[in-house]
Amino acid sequence: MSGSNTPTFPPPIDGVPAAGRRDDDEPAARKDRLSRLERRAIATKGRLSSPWASGIAIILAILWTLPSLGLLVTSFRPSLDIRRSGWWTVVPDLLGGQAAFTLENYDQAIHGNASLGEFFVNSFVITLPAVVIPITLALLAAYAFAWIPFKGRSFLFVAVFTLQVVPLQVALVPLLRDYVKIGINGSFWTVWISHSIFALPLAIFLLHNFMKEIPPSLVEAARVDGAGHVQVFFRVLMPLLVPAIASFGIFQFLWVWNDLLVGLTFTRAGSRPLTVAVAELAGSRGGQWQLLSAGAFISMIVPLVVFLALQRYFVRGLLAGSVKG
Amino acid sequence: MGWLLNPTTPGEKIADMFIAIALFVVVMGLILYLVDRPKRVPNWVVALAFAGVPLLLLAYGLVRSALITLWSSFFDRTGDTFVRFDNYKQMFTTGQFQQVLVNTAIWVIAVPVLATFIGLVYAVIIDRSRFERAAKVLIFIPMAISMVGASIIWRFVYEFRPNQPNIQQTGLLNQVLVWIGLEPQQFLLNQPSNTAFLIVVMIWIQTGFAMTVLSAAIKAIPDDIIEAARLDGLSGVGMFRYITVPSIRPALIVVLTTIAITALKVFDIVRTMTGGQFGTGVVANEFFTQAFRQNNQGLASAFAVVLFILVIPIIAYNVRQLRKTEEIR
Repeated sequence: MSGSNTPTFPPPIDGVPAAGRRDDDEPAARKDRLSRLERRAIATKGRLSSPWASGIAIILAILWTLPSLGLLVTSFRPSLDIRRSGWWTVVPDLLGGQAAFTLENYDQAIHGNASLGEFFVNSFVITLPAVVIPITLALLAAYAFAWIPFKGRSFLFVAVFTLQVVPLQVALVPLLRDYVKIGINGSFWTVWISHSIFALPLAIFLLHNFMKEIPPSLVEAARVDGAGHVQVFFRVLMPLLVPAIASFGIFQFLWVWNDLLVGLTFTRAGSRPLTVAVAELAGSRGGQWQLLSAGAFISMIVPLVVFLALQRYFVRGLLAGSVKG
Repeated sequence: MGWLLNPTTPGEKIADMFIAIALFVVVMGLILYLVDRPKRVPNWVVALAFAGVPLLLLAYGLVRSALITLWSSFFDRTGDTFVRFDNYKQMFTTGQFQQVLVNTAIWVIAVPVLATFIGLVYAVIIDRSRFERAAKVLIFIPMAISMVGASIIWRFVYEFRPNQPNIQQTGLLNQVLVWIGLEPQQFLLNQPSNTAFLIVVMIWIQTGFAMTVLSAAIKAIPDDIIEAARLDGLSGVGMFRYITVPSIRPALIVVLTTIAITALKVFDIVRTMTGGQFGTGVVANEFFTQAFRQNNQGLASAFAVVLFILVIPIIAYNVRQLRKTEEIR
């Protein structure tokens, strides 16, 4: 076990692998990768069978799953049972035939006083435009930065990139004041506009990087054939950008759906998203776990489905360095 | 037409949404159509058509807002009197606000370090194992749910019942304490440990992110390096220490700084779990309290500016590191 080879080490070639580099779901690269994967799998076998390592992995997996599982089980228990005993008693009770499950909590959360059903619609109405609008705007801007030569281009691009530094908190109060002034305060429009603005710096930066990876010869060939910028954008680039758009789209979707700060600041009673409603429930009825647990899972179901269905794109977006600041 | 601004029924809301999208598409389409018509258009006109609207939005929404906030941080609570650095002085000298700054520092250090460490260890352990995919999803799922949802999940874990006969604990953590013969705790009320229990929630959320990025970086380590190291007799912890960690250093830095920025801006967790009470306040939460509860615009702006200043070095460092790796490439 010698540490002597550390300093002579070749510098890392890639710390954050580019999107296309990942080896577990690239069908094109599968053939020769597989043998490499197999070789590594065999090589690492010794370590994997170490009981310590597997033990740690299992403990971590349990620790990361148990809290959600507990609340999920709770959301299906009758409220009297929730108050009387812990959710883990369900297991022995089930064996004894005493455990009961009910959908009553969900019914109460959706249709009762909490009326989360209404907020669910709000979240949906907020999220769709707040994903479509910034991505479209960012695509157009990214195209301008990548393929249209104009004066001050690199300066403006750096400026846009730098704007990622600005935390939302800095922008909230001035924006809110303007919304009040022009009288659209509290409507969905303010939330759409705000989410769109906040998403732009990162979206432009990422989509620009993806666009730059497209071979210039493709664009030039289209140009020679007489295509203008608009045609090049829609006919040549857009089809190639679908994976990039999907990965940022999921990001933006999860971010907007899960957002609390923007929703809390810019909405009013009729336009509040689910997160705000659930957070308020936690404040006002913190002890009513039948409502809180069901409410929490109602707010989670959409992002979870999106995440599990489109995980591949989501991970690709993560690895492209796309991280919401 | 009132429903365009104040939709009340679900139908009106959804109609509103489609109108917004349609309006947007029509306007952008018109701009592009107009710029595409004439044959010889100067490049800057085309660039303006493509990038004009987003640049305008950014200039208005971020640049202008940031300047206004910076300006108002030098004014009093109503924004009428110029008070120079009084807001900042108050922030750094009042005990309550000092606590907020200290808490933020703890978040920014503890969350990235612990989440990255756990994520790295997990990524190494499950690398190339048979259950890799499933094992990854389990750790990664908290990333998909909102911080509000995560806070409720953990509030339930921390739920407290007084230790009396006929009363059973319903929070898992207190039940564990009771099982091993200890007194149940008010995890979210007892200072200063309550901040640590809030931090656990953020680590729970962020570890999946660290694990995913680091796992990809580990897979990208060239084979010949690993083989050479193995021939030199490295294995297990030695391999981890001398090969894995140095090879993925750039990824480690990206992960650490990204999580640090997220931790710096933590708001949802603190608000949902304690509301910033019992000495758990952080800068982002205090900004909200001052701006919308205490109506102290000056102090709120000062907190926002501090947040701004704290983010700059983290991002600058990140960008420099990324540049370096690009140069090597």
